[in-house]
Amino acid sequence: MAADIKFTEEHEWLRVEDDLVVVGITEHAATQLGDVVFVELPEEGTTVSKDDEVVVIESVKAASDILAPLDGEIVEVNEPLAEDPGKVNEDPLGDAWFFKMKIEDMSALDDFMSEAEYKDFVG
Amino acid sequence: MTELKQTPLYDFHVSHGAKMVPFAGYEMPVQYPLGVMKEHLHTRAAAGLFDVSHMGQVMLTSPYGYDKLALALESLVPVDVLGLKPGRQRYGIFTNDTGGILDDLMISNAGNGLFLVVNAACKTEDIAHLNAMLPDHVEITEITDRALLALQGPLAETALSRLVPQVTELKFMDSVRITVDEVEWWISRSGYTGEDGFEISIPAGMAVEISEKLVAMEEVELIGLGARDSLRLEAGLCLYGHDIDTSTSPVEGNIAWALQKVRRTGGAREGGFPGADRILSELHNGAERKRVGLLPQGRAPMREGTPLFASEDSSRQIGEITSGGFGPSVEAPVAMGYLPTELSKGGTEVFAELRGKRRPVTVAPMPFRNSTYKR
Repeated sequence: MAADIKFTEEHEWLRVEDDLVVVGITEHAATQLGDVVFVELPEEGTTVSKDDEVVVIESVKAASDILAPLDGEIVEVNEPLAEDPGKVNEDPLGDAWFFKMKIEDMSALDDFMSEAEYKDFVG
Repeated sequence: MTELKQTPLYDFHVSHGAKMVPFAGYEMPVQYPLGVMKEHLHTRAAAGLFDVSHMGQVMLTSPYGYDKLALALESLVPVDVLGLKPGRQRYGIFTNDTGGILDDLMISNAGNGLFLVVNAACKTEDIAHLNAMLPDHVEITEITDRALLALQGPLAETALSRLVPQVTELKFMDSVRITVDEVEWWISRSGYTGEDGFEISIPAGMAVEISEKLVAMEEVELIGLGARDSLRLEAGLCLYGHDIDTSTSPVEGNIAWALQKVRRTGGAREGGFPGADRILSELHNGAERKRVGLLPQGRAPMREGTPLFASEDSSRQIGEITSGGFGPSVEAPVAMGYLPTELSKGGTEVFAELRGKRRPVTVAPMPFRNSTYKR
């Protein structure tokens, strides 16, 4: 996998794409959640602070939140995902991205885990 | 914190990949590798096997025979026990002096006595209640040497009849004892999923062997507590401690159908159960609030504790969701909760407050999906 993907301790993946950061959840997180039945996305244009609850995701079992990994602005959300939440289980690292955000300083991404570090983190 | 108990099938669950969680003092399977959604859908399409051995199995007997025994139990439940024929079962509730519900249960006329199945979380209190309230001639025995399984779904009969051919003759709410190869099976044609199916009490020592035989059948998958909850929710069935409890009367809880005429005002054995004054009065005059089915508009599941309001901007909360989630067969969120009786008619629109936003919810008849009991 490309080196420009990073992972948070909240089991999100962050991928740089055209000066934006694309955010989704990892396969590990998707498996833990179980069958996802509902995804509520933020409004495009929302300014968020790190750790704000920006996405609500619900499985048949429970509700959980996806936190903003960094300060920034939500510039695009994955609308089709809200119509087909099951995609989170089918393709968590691909089609099932949640939002793209613009951040001030791309170097902030360096603080997150690499793929190898994340693999160690989840054991 | 007391040690969690295990059912006779604990190792069996683990060996089949179950995720075990604490539930009502037991370590129970919440799901298997199939996952809640597929387990739910499989039960509706074929057959699902559930371990419900954590539930309480209780035998009541009396040297004075069935009628005296039935009348004794009728002093604690507002249902017709005397009229229950041998080999038949019915739903009942234990009420308290203020007309609330202590537990819900299944009552079977086992010929030699009454066989009760009560909720796991209530069984200690239920047995203490029986001991305190029933006359001395009634012997109360908790059955601890038998496991309890549920096999539910349209192909449950096909599967179970390979082991116990006689089950094809059973109708909904029949409850019988059948001996096969010297093993006594206590089988009722009932369950808590809205599907045809069976609840099966077997000697604890046979539980693994019988479960392995069932799960080896093509039709049968193991089903955990997660799907058990979504199945019963779609079926519109109450979960004790959530949808009904000591603060809800059977009329409020919308389970007045469980109170036969003979125990109601003007019936031959009118009243004579705890809280009869309030319950009989509510049967006649109605209650102020009622448990209803609720269909959230949109896709957001609404769970237990979600407050309900009459309008988008009213400040006064009028009710609350007591059970809710996503209904895999309905393919939409479903819920139940309490509303003032004047707002309990099907089609009424109310609002639920979810994450600070009011969202419309429609009062809907239950079950959310037609039940397929074999009557």
